[in-house]
Amino acid sequence: MPPRDAAVIAPSFEISGQTTYNRRPTPAKRLPWMDSFFKHLTRFFAFFVFSILAAILVSLVFHGQLALSKFGFGFLFDPEWNPVTQEFGALIPIYGTLVSSAIAMVIGIPVSFGIALFLTELSPVWLKRPLGTAIEMLAAIPSIIYGMWGLFVFAPLFAEYVQPALIKTFGALPIFGMLFKGPAMGIGMLTAGIILAIMVIPFITAVMRDVFELVPPLLKESAYGLGATTWEVVWTVVLPYTKIGVVGGVMLGLGRALGETMAVTFVIGNAHRLSTSLLAPGNSIASSLANEFTEAVGDMHSSALIELGLILFLITTIVLALSKLLLLQLAKQEGRQT
Amino acid sequence: MNKIYQRRRRVNVMMLCISGATMAFGLFWLAWILTTLLHEGFSALSLTLFTQTTPPPGSDGGLLNAIVGSLLMVTMATLIGTPVGILAGTYLAEFGRRGWLAPATRFINDILLSAPSIVIGLFIYSVYVAQVGHFAGWGGALALSLIVIPVVVRTTDDMLKLVPDSLREAAVALGAPTWKMIVFVSYRAAKAGITTGILLAVARISGETAPLLFTALNNQFWSLNMNQPMANLPVVIFQFAMSPYPDWHRLAWGGAILITLSVLGLNILARTLFRRGN
Repeated sequence: MPPRDAAVIAPSFEISGQTTYNRRPTPAKRLPWMDSFFKHLTRFFAFFVFSILAAILVSLVFHGQLALSKFGFGFLFDPEWNPVTQEFGALIPIYGTLVSSAIAMVIGIPVSFGIALFLTELSPVWLKRPLGTAIEMLAAIPSIIYGMWGLFVFAPLFAEYVQPALIKTFGALPIFGMLFKGPAMGIGMLTAGIILAIMVIPFITAVMRDVFELVPPLLKESAYGLGATTWEVVWTVVLPYTKIGVVGGVMLGLGRALGETMAVTFVIGNAHRLSTSLLAPGNSIASSLANEFTEAVGDMHSSALIELGLILFLITTIVLALSKLLLLQLAKQEGRQT
Repeated sequence: MNKIYQRRRRVNVMMLCISGATMAFGLFWLAWILTTLLHEGFSALSLTLFTQTTPPPGSDGGLLNAIVGSLLMVTMATLIGTPVGILAGTYLAEFGRRGWLAPATRFINDILLSAPSIVIGLFIYSVYVAQVGHFAGWGGALALSLIVIPVVVRTTDDMLKLVPDSLREAAVALGAPTWKMIVFVSYRAAKAGITTGILLAVARISGETAPLLFTALNNQFWSLNMNQPMANLPVVIFQFAMSPYPDWHRLAWGGAILITLSVLGLNILARTLFRRGN
């Protein structure tokens, strides 16, 4: 009679009339249901993760309904924000978010490019790891620490030394000068943008460094062999080869900058005012939420704030999705070539 | 001809100098922030920080309730988020080689990884806090767990994909069912990497403030009840730093250095562990 659990106990081989196995004391239980249970369990949780994004969207739309139906599309372009008259518009926070992120990008992109270039082409091998880790540590510092440091240390120094110089140098220029008008207060859009720049540098650098390392050595060596300088190799070979990835990294940094909350809340000034000057205090979507949400007066106020959150969520999701698509495209290219 | 060469060399030297300068620029901020923090933080550190609860303005106090609240919520968030993340990551790496669910989840997970944390707080507010009607420690833990999940999913997926298929085939050839192959072979081979991911996730949520603002809020008193508003270090730092009182500022710096040291410590621990594991 064959053993009951034939599949587990290895098939018996008859060698010279003798069975050679069956020494195993207890045959292992197969638990046939376990396989499909485990598979479905993991699939359930994968689906759970898959649905989080949609769940966030649905819940924000649902809870922002009140403001959505009252203000409609005009919400996006209305500069009014008045809890007393219950009139709400998103123009000022959206403007603040976009401007502070734009400043962060203007500073952050060239700096990240320089750092990535240094780490991939210039740094001696023994310095690569410590320097790379140090830059990554910038990303590990919690954003609230950036905020505190910005408010107590950076902003006063900035107001005392840098801002007066900026006002003096650029303030008198015809159109450009509008950006640098007003008193030097330390806190404001520019300060927020600079701190955001420091915060996004590690993210952009990490992506750029990774994609720069994808460039086949053969291409670079060919260029060097033709007599190109290091800069020419980077500018005419490495950068064109990796441009999709570089843009992907920039988008990733932008996504981070748009949604950053605590650091911005500390230094942007939280004034609900539209101003062309970068030195003036302003407001961003995230900082309005952080400041007002727990103290919102009435349903309409909190509903309007949730709608702000929805707008932020949509913008960052689109930016991050674009970034991811670009990086995927680069990976696909890479796959074709090898 | 010579002129062109000279010009090219000059441009090269200039650009490389700029590149070195940007590196110095990055390190400069890191050094500045850390020295400020060490300077202000260490002068604020004292025993009372760990033995007394948060004070009303003008009197002495510590951060005991906030430290305990943070530890409690971070622990709960890790306990909720880790299994979900590991199981979802397992599906992506082990079962999801065909079909739409795995690539779609990977895509969405990468977006969640960078999604603004304040929106996650808003989400938990609307699905949990608004339903039960009051701020609660559980809300904070749930919001933080939503930040843990994408980090763990990503690292689990990446690390399991590094496990060579020959190991899996060997296990299956010995007669192991799939689940045993994953639990006893794949997980074991990827242990160091998965642990690294969990540590990084803990480091990430230890400093998160935004998702706690609308969920756990804050509590001035000692409380271990997770169904009530709960004190936590980041929100206490936020409120104290924004206040006009100098002794609150000092406590905020004390809290700031506690958070930063633990976050950086966890990061370094994760790195060394990962390097040793490989």
